Amino acid sequence: MAERSFAKEVEQLRIGAGEEFRGEGILAVTKALLECGVGYVGGYQGAPISHLMDVLADAQDILGELGVHFEASASEATAAATLAASMHYPIRGAVTFKSTVGTNVASDALANLASGGVNGGALIIVGEDYGEGASIMQERSHAFAMKSQIWLLDPRPNLEMIVKAVREGFELSEASNTPVMLEMRIRACHVHGRFKARDNVKPKMSLAEALETPKRDLNRIVLPPASFLHEQEKISKRWPAAVSFVKERKLNEFFGPADGNVGIVLQGGMYNGVMRALQRLGLADIRGNTDVPLYVLNVTYPLIDDEFLDFARDKDAVLVVEEAQPNHIEQAFGAMLHKAGIDTLLRGKDPFPMAGEYTGAVMLSAIRDFLRDHAGGLLSDKDRAPNEPEAPLVPDLSKVVPPRPPGFCTGCPERPIFAAMKLVQEELGEHHVAADIGCHLFSIMPPFNIGASTMGYGLGPASASAFNVEAKKRPISVMGDGGFWHNGLSSGITNAVFNKHDGMIVIVDNYYSAATGGQDIPSSRAKNRSRSTSHPITDAVKGVGAKWVRHVDRTYDVGKLREIFREALTTDEKGPKIVVASSECMLNRQRRERPLLASAIKEGKRSVKPRFGVDEDVCTGDHACMRLSGCPSLSVKTLDDPLRDDPVAAIDETCVGCGNCGEVADAAVLCPSFYRADVIHNPSGWDRFMARLRTRVTGWLQRRRDASRLTFSAGAA
Amino acid sequence: MAMTMTETDPGAAAGLATDRDEVIKLAILAVGGQGGGVITDWIVDVAERNGWYAQATSVPGVAQRTGATIYYVEMVREDEAGGTPVLALMPSPGDVDIVLAAEMMEAGRAIQRGFVTPDRTTLIASTDRTLAVIEKIVPGSGIAESDPVADAALAASRRFLSADLDRLAKQNGSVISASLFGALAGARVLPFAPDTFEETIKAGGRGIEASLRAFRAGAEAIGNPAAAASLTRSDVRSGDKGVVGPEKERRAWGGLLERIEREFPAAARPMLRAGLEKVVDFQDVGYGGEYLDRLKAQYDRDSASGGVEKGFRFTVESAKYVANAMAYDDVVRVADLKTRASRFRRIETQMGVGDRNVMHVTEFMHPRIEEVCGTMPAGLGNFIVTRPGLRRTLDRLVNRGRHVRTDTIRWFLALYFVGGLRRIRRRSLRHRTETAHLEDWLSLANATIPEDYDLAVEVIRCRRLIKGYSDTHARGESKFDRVLSALPVLKGRDDAAEWLHRLIEAALKDEKGEMLDGALKTIRTL
Repeated sequence: MAERSFAKEVEQLRIGAGEEFRGEGILAVTKALLECGVGYVGGYQGAPISHLMDVLADAQDILGELGVHFEASASEATAAATLAASMHYPIRGAVTFKSTVGTNVASDALANLASGGVNGGALIIVGEDYGEGASIMQERSHAFAMKSQIWLLDPRPNLEMIVKAVREGFELSEASNTPVMLEMRIRACHVHGRFKARDNVKPKMSLAEALETPKRDLNRIVLPPASFLHEQEKISKRWPAAVSFVKERKLNEFFGPADGNVGIVLQGGMYNGVMRALQRLGLADIRGNTDVPLYVLNVTYPLIDDEFLDFARDKDAVLVVEEAQPNHIEQAFGAMLHKAGIDTLLRGKDPFPMAGEYTGAVMLSAIRDFLRDHAGGLLSDKDRAPNEPEAPLVPDLSKVVPPRPPGFCTGCPERPIFAAMKLVQEELGEHHVAADIGCHLFSIMPPFNIGASTMGYGLGPASASAFNVEAKKRPISVMGDGGFWHNGLSSGITNAVFNKHDGMIVIVDNYYSAATGGQDIPSSRAKNRSRSTSHPITDAVKGVGAKWVRHVDRTYDVGKLREIFREALTTDEKGPKIVVASSECMLNRQRRERPLLASAIKEGKRSVKPRFGVDEDVCTGDHACMRLSGCPSLSVKTLDDPLRDDPVAAIDETCVGCGNCGEVADAAVLCPSFYRADVIHNPSGWDRFMARLRTRVTGWLQRRRDASRLTFSAGAA
Repeated sequence: MAMTMTETDPGAAAGLATDRDEVIKLAILAVGGQGGGVITDWIVDVAERNGWYAQATSVPGVAQRTGATIYYVEMVREDEAGGTPVLALMPSPGDVDIVLAAEMMEAGRAIQRGFVTPDRTTLIASTDRTLAVIEKIVPGSGIAESDPVADAALAASRRFLSADLDRLAKQNGSVISASLFGALAGARVLPFAPDTFEETIKAGGRGIEASLRAFRAGAEAIGNPAAAASLTRSDVRSGDKGVVGPEKERRAWGGLLERIEREFPAAARPMLRAGLEKVVDFQDVGYGGEYLDRLKAQYDRDSASGGVEKGFRFTVESAKYVANAMAYDDVVRVADLKTRASRFRRIETQMGVGDRNVMHVTEFMHPRIEEVCGTMPAGLGNFIVTRPGLRRTLDRLVNRGRHVRTDTIRWFLALYFVGGLRRIRRRSLRHRTETAHLEDWLSLANATIPEDYDLAVEVIRCRRLIKGYSDTHARGESKFDRVLSALPVLKGRDDAAEWLHRLIEAALKDEKGEMLDGALKTIRTL
């Protein structure tokens, strides 16, 4: 069950020609795929295209009606290899994943696919996780397109253009027998917009037909001598075919005046940013009119030599707007100009910064600088020769505003795992901890400060493999269930078993691919009507030969986890010590249980709602509990008491009663301030009887004691 | 926190964001989980409802709910848009008309990032705080100051409108996205009729009634702050607290209060009153008399050392920290507090328990042999504590987590019994230890005051470092000792008090006292 349900939105996927579609970028992509007669879709979740996978999963009925097969692939490599179905058969296929990390994983399959070439259109929709909000290393997907010769589309970021790119991407792929990559930037994935829909189309050839009449073309298989042939074919046939398709179909666009002594060449994805800068300089409007000639590369690979040269020829200077580095496009244009003997000045990474996101501020200053240097007449006096703006008298807040990185959610079952790990390290000293990709990576931040490296999804244990040596301390590595099924079972566990790795491997099993939005994976425990789930991780690790395997089926048991960690780190037994720590992702659990609980209460069924609290007069305000928690619902508050200097712990109404506070207070012997209140709705007769009895007895005792001493009324400090 | 509403430019109140150009640019800064996505959807809806084209973007990178997030909306009149208008996908510094901040530090972040500028930006912020992890984990107080952000907001914005929108939402059974949406409507900065905002909420589906109430409260707080503020003033705490109990005890209590009036200067009385209440609540009126005796001695020393000119700070600080030291956190106190009727009433209120519900309360306790021995008569407790073998054996019996239900008769009785040990507390080992510690500390301060008044005040303040239970308590005591270990080096210096103050502050910065050790190293080189 995914974090977000698109069950309502996907109904829009049924709309027909002429109707207007309104929604997010990723939903528009799905609609476009259906309009293009796609035969199958696969992919692996990850921001910013996680929701695309969720949309597809929620749209299974609609996909089924059209005969479209959808796979939730095991990894990006699996997804890319899925496109092999378009190699021999005229079936359109599309896969999607996060880039560049997903493309890294997929690159083996992609390179093979690109070598043999395709018959049916093959579209790879990459979610480019670059710039603000990105969770990965900052790189470009462009190099993958270049190295394997896959065409790269980077459409202007509005729904009409994105939908058009999907359509033309398939056609380009078929016209040039080459897979096509469609680059979706973070914000374009989530941009809310509209476009005129077309009718959905069934695939021309079904997968069943292909299976029943199999084809086999030796020339398409990557094996010598065909592989040498492929390299030649890429240059002699596929490249020219692509160039002429892009030119004839005018995939790239020109805006603004035909003449002018300067021009701007830009990646399609940069269009809105460039236009905003021009709007702010008074050189463009929101209707798309511009006083500066623009050459928009909706296709960033291959580049079309004569389109560019014609654009640049009679200009004094051309600015290339190409985000991130290396500046492949600028370098290619430089070579084109040089070879053609054209002396138009080419500018790009100066005035633009070599590295970093092209934010609104960067865009404005670089384009203004460029125009000031080469077309000052276009600029207003203020922009041409700006006076140094007076520094606004805004106080510096850098020492005031605390950083707020993402962290574990309220009630997260991973919090107690790292609380236990922190406690065991207090006993046994600090250890080397190899972390992994996933929610659990938040352990590296306060309050836990655990984890020294992250080498890639599912590669936590693999990244500790060098430390398989005799030492006084064992290496620790962490991996999530998502990474485990993605590749960690073989790259981490099998490798550790095979090499007799002596460290501790903690597998965080929260029943979902949680960090990407709660998609199901093989060890998910919920029923999934279209996937086979409930395959225990413990069985899998034992299956590859692991012997020392411990399973904790309730991660909130901090004491037990600490005991297991201690044993794993100190036992004489050799070989990998594998700890599987399982509890359901609290976000997903709440999403599932909260409505059920609400309706049970409404229906008059006996229901228990747990929540934690702090006795503020018992709490001394030392915040030791915070240093083992960091839960959003556990905060501090300043009491209205002149005797207290420091704020005390307080739990707000968002508490889900996960139990971490109580367990940690117990395991770390912190303090007795915490309590859990279980509120019973629709109590049974027995509940009521017992409650009455208890209140009668305790009430009598309380009155008895109060009669012998002073009591300060409520509101007392 | 009371409602506040401030405007840098009152004349701008009528100015719509459209005065400047055809596109309205609006950024929302929130903490993940605050419903930034919901309010973004609402804004898009209300814009479309009014015949405007709206484009919204966000960067929901990961599923987690705790990081700072930005949502961004651009709006343009449909007839001006002419098809699909070319709008930006992210906010630019100096180019934002409206900033909504769902939390005060996020308002600060918006200012830091340059999204709030005096020429155009209306900043609407909720004054409540959602604390970041690094604010919570500091052993002292790590809460960031909101005032500098409010000052910066006034300086940086064209209009700055604020109210505790989170409280308004909760009071109305809703969440901040609703009251913030109301605040946006109340600010009248968008050219949309107020009822169209409500139509948007009504079209939403779940929780409409609560959302509407919170929406209206938010709109009122921002649009008509004077009226809204007057509504909330009544919740200011007022009046003296009542004291109930047996006649004899009440008379004794009255006598103690009279002593405060008679024997102490006005400057120290409020703190003495608070301190007295704490120690009497901890033990009994007799203990309160002991407290005042100690304080009288402190006050006499204070007067003799020129305390008049110092505002009797030595007495005031002693009143505070001696009360805290005398009302130490022992098992008896915890058991007493946990079994009080007022406590169960408080929990029931907090948890919203009504007549139709039943509540169970589970405590999480982890006693160790140290705590048990502390409760014993000093001789017996000491006998065990000084015999490691015996102590370990007994610890094995005691030392484990006990999750006990205090709403059940059995465990209530157990805690009630322990709470009743109050009567023999003054003979306990813990009491002896605490009293000795208290006296050592006071004599150290008292020895200091003739030479350096300010330094003596800081010595008293060192007591702040001792708090928590078990290991945390031990760490606190160690910090206390480490800080005071600098006293011989500091004595005689003009800035001795400042240095000791700095050491206390450093000790409260991190758990293990690493900052403190660094500061101590510096002092050794003085």
